[in-house]
Amino acid sequence: PYAQAPLNKALSTEESLTDYKALTSYNNFYEFGTDKSDPKRYASAMKTEPWSVKVSGAVEKAGTYSFDDLITPSDLESRIYRLRCVEGWSMVVPWIGIPLHKIIRRLQPTSKARYVQFETLADRKMMRGLRFPVLDWPYKEGLRMDEALHPLTLLATGLYDAPLPNQNGAPLRLVIPWKYGFKSIKSIVAIRFTEKQPITSWNQSAPSEYGFYANVNPKVRHPRWSQATERRIGDFRRRDSLMFNGYAEEVAGLYSGMDLRTYF
Amino acid sequence: MSPFSKALSFMTTAQIRIFGKPILFFMLSLPALWLAVQWALYFSGEPNGLGINPQEVSNRFSGRWTLRMLILALAVSPFAALINKPWPLMFRRMVGLFAFFYVTVHLGSYLGLDLALDFSALWRDIVERVYILFGVGAFLCLLPLAVTSTKGWIKRLGATGWKALHRLVYVAGLLAALHFLFLVKGNQLEPKIYAAIIAALLLWRLYRRLSQKR
Repeated sequence: PYAQAPLNKALSTEESLTDYKALTSYNNFYEFGTDKSDPKRYASAMKTEPWSVKVSGAVEKAGTYSFDDLITPSDLESRIYRLRCVEGWSMVVPWIGIPLHKIIRRLQPTSKARYVQFETLADRKMMRGLRFPVLDWPYKEGLRMDEALHPLTLLATGLYDAPLPNQNGAPLRLVIPWKYGFKSIKSIVAIRFTEKQPITSWNQSAPSEYGFYANVNPKVRHPRWSQATERRIGDFRRRDSLMFNGYAEEVAGLYSGMDLRTYF
Repeated sequence: MSPFSKALSFMTTAQIRIFGKPILFFMLSLPALWLAVQWALYFSGEPNGLGINPQEVSNRFSGRWTLRMLILALAVSPFAALINKPWPLMFRRMVGLFAFFYVTVHLGSYLGLDLALDFSALWRDIVERVYILFGVGAFLCLLPLAVTSTKGWIKRLGATGWKALHRLVYVAGLLAALHFLFLVKGNQLEPKIYAAIIAALLLWRLYRRLSQKR
């Protein structure tokens, strides 16, 4: 089904794609180590079959779902998105996945569900990076419900016409192209619908640096990396970073009336 | 006799100088040589060891080697005291100059290859990112030490003045450790290890000073 997934042209960029090799050998997936090359080296220890996702909280269809329960192959589509890491580098990725809103609608969140939280697998036997408390494992991320339901938000299961390699967050991960990469949580095992803003890992680790929203914003400075510019992997020189990673037209409305310096 | 001095007891001080200096010079040059070769390969479009994000690899590599050279330079005196021999001290200037050489390579990698000589970006980094401020501070501490590393400068400054000036290397060590600690995100082990080693080498000096005064 991956090779047949139709390209969603309206939501895809026409920029040239980052090499498959770069996409799969330069990763941040701290559960396997903090070096960029660690995920490729060690993620093969992660078993992704069978895979189940626990759905809980303010939702009608709570329960445990297998990968096949959630992912209907005929729903898969291909989308080419920019990916901007908070560390000041970026890529262009041909993802394959299902828009998250399709899945959320099937799960039927109740009127109390204002946010949705996701959790990554945390298995010490398969993930050697968990031995050191880089973050408060398991890794958690979250979105406001309107962000989760936005047409750009993708639950990805593949890239470059094939299922996701483990180092890229197999078997299913989030992709939110207008936010810094760490929001796009990998290897999801839990989805929780909540009334209050949920805990997210990087925000918990350093709240002054990593906001809950983490929208790409060249105007909000960061104590470690310039957010005004970025290096597109493969380029020698940096380029200017774009507001909402170039998706302002699609997503700026989600934040109208909010001071993006406060809610960064 | 300690095991260290026993192992070297077949050599005279003169022999250690004649053979030791070129060997040490060659060994300490190797990381920089490797980096230079990789960039040469990169610019000629050949496969190289700089990976997916060459500037990041280059910055990290030269930064780690600067820290290692600084640690080595700071370890010379404690090592000489440990084996109770003066000969390690004759390598101290060379190691210290290598620390300055690597911090220059590091700065060159960041400013020349990463920022592509965009000095306004450098200024923004200094103002907005405290770890860059620490790094630039460490470089500025090492710069006068490298300049005054010659015999002529020791004479001009006088032994006491020269020694006082060269205590700046302690400040450089502290700033370099902080530079790495503040750079990484999350709770990571590696910068803490470097900081602990540098702290131990500085505390050894403090301890010795206090115990000599008594």
